[in-house]
Amino acid sequence: MPAPLHVAVLNGGSSLEREVSLTSGSRVTAALGDLGHHVTRLDVDARLVTRLVDLDVDVAFLALHGSTGEDGTIQSLLDLVGIPHTGPDALSSALAWDKPVAQGLYRRAGLAVPDHVVLSQAAFRDLGAAAAVTRVAEALGLPLVVKPAAGGSSLGLGFVEEVGALPAAIMGAFSFDDRVLIERHVTGTELAVTVFDGEPLPPVEISPRGAHYDFSARYTAGATEFHAPSRLPRDRNDAACETALAACAALGARDIVRVDMILEDDEHPTILEVDTGPGLTTTSLVPLAAQAAGVAFGDLCQRLLELALADPDDGAPTP
Amino acid sequence: MRLDTDPYLQHYADRVGGLSASAIRALFAVASRPEVVSFAGGMPFTAALDFDAVTDVVAQVLAEQGPTALQYGIGQGRPELREQLVEVMAHEGIPAHPDDLVVTAGGQQALELTATCFVDPGDIVLAEGPTYVGGLGALTSLQADVRHVPMDADGMQVDVLADRLDELAAQGRRAKYVYTIPNHQNPAGVSLSLPRRHRLVELAEQHDLVILEDNPYGLIDFEGEVRTSLRELAPERVVYVSTMSKTFAPGVRTGWVAAPAPIRDKLVLLREAADLCPAHFTQMVVERWLLTQPWTDQIETFRKTYRHRAEVMLDALAAHMPDGVTWNAPTGGLFVWVSVGAELDTADLLAKAIQQRVAYVPGDGFFADGSGRHHMRLNYSYPSPERIVEGIERLSALLVDERELARAVYGTASVPGDRDDPARATPDPA
Repeated sequence: MPAPLHVAVLNGGSSLEREVSLTSGSRVTAALGDLGHHVTRLDVDARLVTRLVDLDVDVAFLALHGSTGEDGTIQSLLDLVGIPHTGPDALSSALAWDKPVAQGLYRRAGLAVPDHVVLSQAAFRDLGAAAAVTRVAEALGLPLVVKPAAGGSSLGLGFVEEVGALPAAIMGAFSFDDRVLIERHVTGTELAVTVFDGEPLPPVEISPRGAHYDFSARYTAGATEFHAPSRLPRDRNDAACETALAACAALGARDIVRVDMILEDDEHPTILEVDTGPGLTTTSLVPLAAQAAGVAFGDLCQRLLELALADPDDGAPTP
Repeated sequence: MRLDTDPYLQHYADRVGGLSASAIRALFAVASRPEVVSFAGGMPFTAALDFDAVTDVVAQVLAEQGPTALQYGIGQGRPELREQLVEVMAHEGIPAHPDDLVVTAGGQQALELTATCFVDPGDIVLAEGPTYVGGLGALTSLQADVRHVPMDADGMQVDVLADRLDELAAQGRRAKYVYTIPNHQNPAGVSLSLPRRHRLVELAEQHDLVILEDNPYGLIDFEGEVRTSLRELAPERVVYVSTMSKTFAPGVRTGWVAAPAPIRDKLVLLREAADLCPAHFTQMVVERWLLTQPWTDQIETFRKTYRHRAEVMLDALAAHMPDGVTWNAPTGGLFVWVSVGAELDTADLLAKAIQQRVAYVPGDGFFADGSGRHHMRLNYSYPSPERIVEGIERLSALLVDERELARAVYGTASVPGDRDDPARATPDPA
């Protein structure tokens, strides 16, 4: 058994991914408790900082998804109050959270991302972007994928087959963020590669039984078929792992991230997004990858705590 | 290797296949946070109960009838309670005999048992559009083919119903029953007019139809107006459902169904198969409440509370909502049904609303066919008047902003059509 720590598992909050976060948090709390740690599970709210300071915890386990949990906010705050936390640091989190910025970083690092256009609400309100919407389809080709420029769990995700449906999909994504990312729909095998403690876990192949890997396909047990490692040839899996490591390096992300990608025509890895606060539910991809690698869920959580405590930058505000 | 997140997949019944996680349900997890003004629930304001009286009643049941109260009961429900429930029905002028009644776990179980009694997969059931989401759930889980009949300020458009029935007859098909909430309908907030009640019963005769009359709100009329029940007009054609949830408390899970004897017998057997018998303890609490307490005074308290809150909501809507957003003025019940205009999709908008700390139920939840996306249901019974004003201000500001955004995104050329939305026929603003 590891040396017992006082761990605050942070979950819930007001983010739109609250429910998923509570599911992750419940599972992490049980696993850490089984390992003998003293675990305090906190539903984050306006009393969080006071509670954390009063509790005098050794380390915070982040089971938060969505804004404030994944965009660098909580990471910065924990740095300020001197509590080490699991997962990537504030800057990496903030970079990955902003999908258009992150896409730019991957591209600069020589990695492929889907051709895309970013449109803000201001572009429509103040600059008449509606007149350019048909050009989006011309430039990228149909079908298109429309998503909020920030956020996870496939919330606000739309698939557009004809240009007439594009404005409605844009409106739908605007409900989740001020900017939308409109991408060319890349077809091929969908993979998620977890980078854990600097090493890639076996790529998980995502094969939804329905049309798309949307919210329902993500969180309904059995709605998606997973294979890890993927059924692609070994060199393709290796290429996916290399891409994931490179994306991780482009963000400077430590400890654990999940890199979502499509192997276009089952060959060329194209990065969709990187999740710095990946889901840890029973249908989530990171625990599945760990399972395929023979890493028990409890051991995964334990190692994340050790990494958090070992990080020299953690627990102290940046000067 | 293949990783199964649900190793039981091959074992499930076909009808379970459609049960899946939904983003909307996940968003409601945020709506329940205290900082969010939620108009999404359908909760009665149980804090308005006389808790000294409730405490006495519960204590008396345990002190005087404890061993019986904590024992099994009979499937049909306690005869003594059924006698009291007949009195409640009489208060609305609805005739019944205690033998006609089956006590259920809230009105919802009565809806579920009725659906189980009548519906095979693919069977057609006609329902108001929009209709109660729990009634739809009971039907869709049994793979019913729910077809909606549009409504207006006088409730279900029975002429359209007549056409639908004729069309079905021409195809050699029939509806298993017509589901209606004739009083202060959830979510549309309107009541079926008396001439339409007569016409509905006529149609039922003509087409040999059963009517499922769901009446949770009949006694929650702001002016105490009592409307003629369908059961009164055609007792042999009507399965009548009501509940103590709005007149006493939903936590006691006590509803009932009054049905013609052959149907009643089936319902008793179905309920015994489902859960043996209604909870004896809460039956005895309700029975004693009705027997010993001034229960009509309590209903009056609920009515006054809800009338006030409805007025506050309607005033706030009138003060803050932009042109083009319309709603009905309820005369009872718990809900206002709002039309936000064709350019906004209330299901899409919910995430932003929750981020602005206000929640509602998107209209498409009240339809089996995906329509209703330009509507929302607002509840006024639960939030305090101050919170109602605050919430409507937030919602109005959001709709003002979103309509502006929608115009900018759609440009002038391509505002989406109404997508043949039957919900468009719902009531005009008062």
